[in-house]
Amino acid sequence: MGDLWQGLAQAFWLVVTFDATLVEITARSLRVTLSAVFIATLIGVPFGVWLALNRFRLRRLTIAVLNALMGLPPVVVGLIVYILLSRSGPFGVLNLLFTPTAMVIAQVIIITPLIASIAHQASRELWAEYHDLLISLGATRRQRLVTLIWDGRRSLLTATLAGFGRAIGEVGAIMIVGGNIDHLTRVLTTAISLETSKGNFAIALALGFVLIGLSIAVNLLAHMLSGTERGRRW
Amino acid sequence: MVTSILPMTLSGAKARVQGKQILGPVDLTLGVSGVTMLIGPNGAGKTTLLRLIHGLQRQSAGAQDWAVPVEDARAAQAFIFQHPTLMRRSVLDNIAYPLRLRGVSRKQARAQADHWAGRCGVGDHLDQPASSLSGGERQKLALARALIRAPEMLILDEPTAHLDGRSTREVEAILLDAVARDTRLLMATHDMGQARRLGTEVVFLHNGTVVETGPASEFFKAPQTKEANAFLNGDILE
Repeated sequence: MGDLWQGLAQAFWLVVTFDATLVEITARSLRVTLSAVFIATLIGVPFGVWLALNRFRLRRLTIAVLNALMGLPPVVVGLIVYILLSRSGPFGVLNLLFTPTAMVIAQVIIITPLIASIAHQASRELWAEYHDLLISLGATRRQRLVTLIWDGRRSLLTATLAGFGRAIGEVGAIMIVGGNIDHLTRVLTTAISLETSKGNFAIALALGFVLIGLSIAVNLLAHMLSGTERGRRW
Repeated sequence: MVTSILPMTLSGAKARVQGKQILGPVDLTLGVSGVTMLIGPNGAGKTTLLRLIHGLQRQSAGAQDWAVPVEDARAAQAFIFQHPTLMRRSVLDNIAYPLRLRGVSRKQARAQADHWAGRCGVGDHLDQPASSLSGGERQKLALARALIRAPEMLILDEPTAHLDGRSTREVEAILLDAVARDTRLLMATHDMGQARRLGTEVVFLHNGTVVETGPASEFFKAPQTKEANAFLNGDILE
């Protein structure tokens, strides 16, 4: 229990004093994760909604694979991205290994299936509701997609937030492809991992509390900006 | 203006839902003008026939011919559902939506939507979410959203089935106004008073087939078939 209290106290101090290292790795955590969430949303949301809209032969299989990919082990993703980006790999010339970009790539691979799958679930009901009207009004396929994304934006936000949640707390993949290099690729989760292995439980806990606080703050902010949970909105 | 998409002829039209034939064979001709009331007991296939004509229900057999290519005919129709689909938008944006689909600018679409909302009696609720409207107001929104497209033909599936007397009267007034501007109506109803008030022609449907058609005045005075007679007398048809 002592460790917990000490960690909490230390977290408090780190935050109120704007500890330089803490600010740096928190900012990097946010930058990497938000970039990954942004890219994965751009891919995953339209794909998920598209899946809800269209009937094709391999649809069931696609959805099954997508759901399976949601549980993709991050360490394995990290390993594969590592191999692809390493000097001898096919993308070695890009020199991306052990950079924040490599971490973004790994996270995009991990969270895109998650976002697409939740987006698919979220828009299925809406499509059932809108189907007759949009067909009757002669909406093109593209217009149907845009309409479902726009009108379903509040439930699609859940997909994006789930992606954020998974990415911000992820450690396995970014440890492998980022390397946890100080001032370059160290983020909150990899720092926690490092401090724990060094036995610095108080600092590790402090970083952990900051991570949790950050996650809550981003979720609250997203809900506030989109106006969910307020009165008669959807 | 005379409707350019009509006449429409169905010959031997059938529809299946989940492997079961629930409509047809139907032979039916819709002329260029008038108000056609589609009546018949529950389960007769009224909704299916309307959906088939509008292209929402796949036709499994038979022919459907319009005076113009079928895509053009569909684009000149508007459909009013028994339960209107409300989009998760404001009343104004719901009504403007069909114009936005046609590429009209947001500003122009909203200006026209404002006009039609007023004409259909929902002008006081423009900025509210559509889901906050009452049943009657929802159907008036649906009418405004249909009429903003200036359809040549309006297809309605029991639009007043769940409305109170006052809302029904308001909806009928909007429909009569549309008729006065030469909009062709095809409307299913189980309200015989409404069929008498609005109809110029009656199509009586029973067990998925058209049993009798004729001018409304004659149909209600002297139905020609045993089934129509029984239906108008309030007997239960099986």
